[in-house]
Amino acid sequence: MEKNLKFFIKELGLECKAGEELLNRVPKGAYVSDLLSDVIGKAQEDMIWITTQAHRNIIAVASLKELSAIIVVNDRKVDDDVLESADSEGVVVLSTKEAAFETAGKLYCILYDIDT
Amino acid sequence: MKMQYFIQGGDFSAGGRASTEVKSIIKQFNISPEKIRRIAIALYEAEMNVVAHAFKGKMDVDLRPDHIRVVFIDEGPGIEDIDKAMEEGFSTASDEVRQMGFGAGMGLPNIKRNCDEMLLSSVPGKGTRLEIKVLF
Repeated sequence: MEKNLKFFIKELGLECKAGEELLNRVPKGAYVSDLLSDVIGKAQEDMIWITTQAHRNIIAVASLKELSAIIVVNDRKVDDDVLESADSEGVVVLSTKEAAFETAGKLYCILYDIDT
Repeated sequence: MKMQYFIQGGDFSAGGRASTEVKSIIKQFNISPEKIRRIAIALYEAEMNVVAHAFKGKMDVDLRPDHIRVVFIDEGPGIEDIDKAMEEGFSTASDEVRQMGFGAGMGLPNIKRNCDEMLLSSVPGKGTRLEIKVLF
């Protein structure tokens, strides 16, 4: 099965908050950071971005870098106006109760076919 | 083609609007997606520098058939030591700004990496002028 965002949502038990019609995207790797300029400098196109930041500037960064999706960790609340801007910019916002470490670990294993 | 935008210092919710708008305009021209991405990143970082550090600023865009030149002029504290400001990891951002994930000290290096020419000058206590050029 192709590992698209739908697949990751199911495997990691994520919740889709914005960009529901874009879940066929197939992510290529992931990047974990809470520093926006670090993401701008180092993340690559089509990556998933794992972060605790939940304010509206994450949408601009994801859109600029053409990232596959943002996973907001620790059940951080993303405001409705931020989600609206995500929908209009074509940015997928996913949410999880888990922390960045657990999220990244699981994602890594799935992306690189590592049995746990 | 020339455009001018006003940037309000401290307004993080509107921050990025000017560069997002320029990105959507230049997308209508025959410019490669890679160039568009580089321009958008450089402009976003520069715009957010004005938002994070200055009182107010403006962004002048001059789009030509073979290049784009964008000049940011702000009124603000200026930069004491430009060489230091260009170093990765150096930032004078406030704690409040850092909590939002800005102030990683990578904005100016990211701008440099994504443009063909960058001119930065500043008068401490008055403001900063940044000129960015990307060739098509």
